[in-house]
Amino acid sequence: MSHPVTLKRGIAATLIVLGAATAAPAQDFAPESPECIAPANPGGGWDFTCRQVGKSLQDLGMIDKTMQVVNLAGGGGGVAFAEVVNKRNDQNDLIVAASTATATRLAQGAYPGNTRDQVRWLGTIGADYGMIAVAADSEVETLPQLLDMIKEDPRSVSVAGGSAVGGWDHLKVLIAAQAAGIEDVRQVKYIAFNGGGEAVTQLLAGSVQAFTGDISEAKGFVDSGDIKVIAVLSPERLPGEFADFPTAKEQGIDVVGANWRGFYAPGNMSDDAYNFWVDTIGKLYDTEEWKQVMAQNGLAPLDLQGEEFEAFVADSVGSITEISKEIGIIK
Amino acid sequence: MDVLASLGDGFVVALTWQNLLLALLGCLLGTIMGALPGLGPSNGVAILIPLAFTLGLGATPALILLTSVYYGAMYGGRISSILLNIPGDEPALMTCLDGYPMAQAGRAGEALALSGIASFVGAFFATWGLVFLAPQLVKVALLFGPAEYFALFTLAFATLGGIASTNQAKAAFAAALGLGLATVGVDGQTGVPRFTFGEVHLYDGIDFLVAIVGLFALSEVLIFLEHRGTDADVTGRKIEVGRIVPSWSLVRSCIPTMGRTTVLGFIAGVLPGAGASLGSFISYSMEKRLVDREGTFGKGDPRGVAAPEAGNNAAAGGALVPMLALGVPGSGTTAVLLAVLLALNITPGPLLFQNNPDVVWGLIAALFIGNFMLLAMNIPMVGLFTRVLLVPPRLLMPVVAMVSFVGIYGISGSSFDLQVMVGFGVLGWVLRKLDVPLVPVILGTLLGNEMEANLRRALTISDGDWSVLVGSPLAITLWVIAVVGFVLPILFGKVLKRRMRMSRDEEGALTD
Repeated sequence: MSHPVTLKRGIAATLIVLGAATAAPAQDFAPESPECIAPANPGGGWDFTCRQVGKSLQDLGMIDKTMQVVNLAGGGGGVAFAEVVNKRNDQNDLIVAASTATATRLAQGAYPGNTRDQVRWLGTIGADYGMIAVAADSEVETLPQLLDMIKEDPRSVSVAGGSAVGGWDHLKVLIAAQAAGIEDVRQVKYIAFNGGGEAVTQLLAGSVQAFTGDISEAKGFVDSGDIKVIAVLSPERLPGEFADFPTAKEQGIDVVGANWRGFYAPGNMSDDAYNFWVDTIGKLYDTEEWKQVMAQNGLAPLDLQGEEFEAFVADSVGSITEISKEIGIIK
Repeated sequence: MDVLASLGDGFVVALTWQNLLLALLGCLLGTIMGALPGLGPSNGVAILIPLAFTLGLGATPALILLTSVYYGAMYGGRISSILLNIPGDEPALMTCLDGYPMAQAGRAGEALALSGIASFVGAFFATWGLVFLAPQLVKVALLFGPAEYFALFTLAFATLGGIASTNQAKAAFAAALGLGLATVGVDGQTGVPRFTFGEVHLYDGIDFLVAIVGLFALSEVLIFLEHRGTDADVTGRKIEVGRIVPSWSLVRSCIPTMGRTTVLGFIAGVLPGAGASLGSFISYSMEKRLVDREGTFGKGDPRGVAAPEAGNNAAAGGALVPMLALGVPGSGTTAVLLAVLLALNITPGPLLFQNNPDVVWGLIAALFIGNFMLLAMNIPMVGLFTRVLLVPPRLLMPVVAMVSFVGIYGISGSSFDLQVMVGFGVLGWVLRKLDVPLVPVILGTLLGNEMEANLRRALTISDGDWSVLVGSPLAITLWVIAVVGFVLPILFGKVLKRRMRMSRDEEGALTD
């Protein structure tokens, strides 16, 4: 039985050498069976990241084989993180979808025993900026108005979001409240729903007064005129059809909240492989096709690869740790 | 009739050879996936996404393939429920209650055919509901705030009495056990992990599928091992397959049931977060309350097979309402379908009907086509399915065990889930020994999470003011139904009980 297997391996290895030699002479590495772990069930942002990137890479001929997408749900990404660290630490064909939620949980110690430096961070494929919205018929027109209401009577405003308490959707509101001078931000009423969709529905149903989420979650409802975005948490106004939304910053509340989307890789991935993936993700980001995907899905530019991205994640984990401590989510 | 014209356009889109073949493929694969324990509609759809992408399908053909799988899996789930007493997926849970006793009584063929017809009726009329009522129904979904959801889930529990078991205390114990299991995992309202023992695999709570496969399939295997070599093994299960086509009078007797449960299931499907499981559950328990005068439900009453099947297939159609009209998934499967829409560069949301009419109407037309295909495929195949019963247990049980392990590992790729599954298998075996019904355990787990979350959401919004729970006419109505559903059987219980005892005596002679 072992004979055919080794033979097959041998042929495959030869093919890869040939493939690498012909297709991309500059690369010393090409994935034999590229695999992307989406650390959640199908249907969420991480799943989208894996599938869309896998599809685009193949369409553009940047990888020869189909990217295998594996959904490894559990523990808000913790199961996948632990699996990569413990069992698949030296695999070169593997990338894992990540986002601000990953950084948030790492910062809050929600992946028991795991830390940021156990994996190698590859790069981003864009960012979904946070936004705060109210129902179309709400009296509230601006972010300061909403925050004033909270300041006056925190019990009068319920904010709905798709993440659990302490999660990214929650933190966004708290950061904004903090910037607006609300002292005890823990008083802000946040109602956790299972995903942005359910939260928006409750905003439309009138159960809650405001919604915190990402631009992509709200797009459909903004187009239909059911909700109005009172603030985008981006450094400047977003391009294209999103340009109408005012930023929090221009309303005097200096807050930026980007939900970046990107990838990490196993900690012992070879340098050749690491460089290949960093390079490939960077190249994909620069294509026209990807710009289109970003525009259609409400992703804003955020172009970080390799060391730059490592530093960015370190920074992001640091600042989330600080905020979480301040507001008492972790001690 | 704008709607019919649009639907006509949809059929023009859907009726191409490629699309028909995709629908056929989807229905076939879906039925198989639904029937295999562990693989449900949402995994089935997720597994086929790469296929849709690799084939380079456009938006409409891809959706046709995937929704056929969805409807197919909803049909398929009943097969293993009826033949093996192992639900193929969560919504097929209730079908075990009467489907398996029917099979044991030598009426497997009838049960399969009847449930196939009920599935068709549920899905067919739900699809019409989707065509005509989608915009209006969205407004119904918007009437449900956290307080109303809580009342709805309480209603589901209030009518729980009497399902599966003749011993109410044991049913209540089982439901409480399920509710307890539901508390495992990170609590969304505080972000605190509960009963996880630092084990990251438990942070998301216990997966229903793992629990179902363990409780039903593995415990069945354990029971078999226990009786190995005894008389029961030697004589085997001498089960007759019975007639395959149900008599017209049987089908006719189930028509009112199918009608009522289609409506109930459809409404449950429309509500985001309620879904097909609640649809089949409420359908069954309401129907039992309404028509079960002789206490035959749970002992192989054909109406008890028709009710949950019409209910859960109608709910599958209903779940497409919030998905298409709001862009909000009403169930796990529609969440996956939404993701596919996004990947195909279609923005789901309130404007989907206006912006992508070809996709929406092509999809709806495909649902009709798929539904007829499924009926045509399922009825003749009943004869084939029932052959499973002729397989001796000593061959069948190892296959069940293998499919369970492969299925669960295939979904999560985690050996931890296998351990949990084995744990549930042992628990199921113990509960069976104690004659505690298994269905309420799953229902408690399934509904407990949402019930708790909605109660706490409602109370957080109202700052701890409990009166919010009866704050709207809808909530009050739901409470009234819940109370009536709970109290009436107690008041009239004496009469019922006497009748039940009589019928139990008869049945006891059959089963033991």
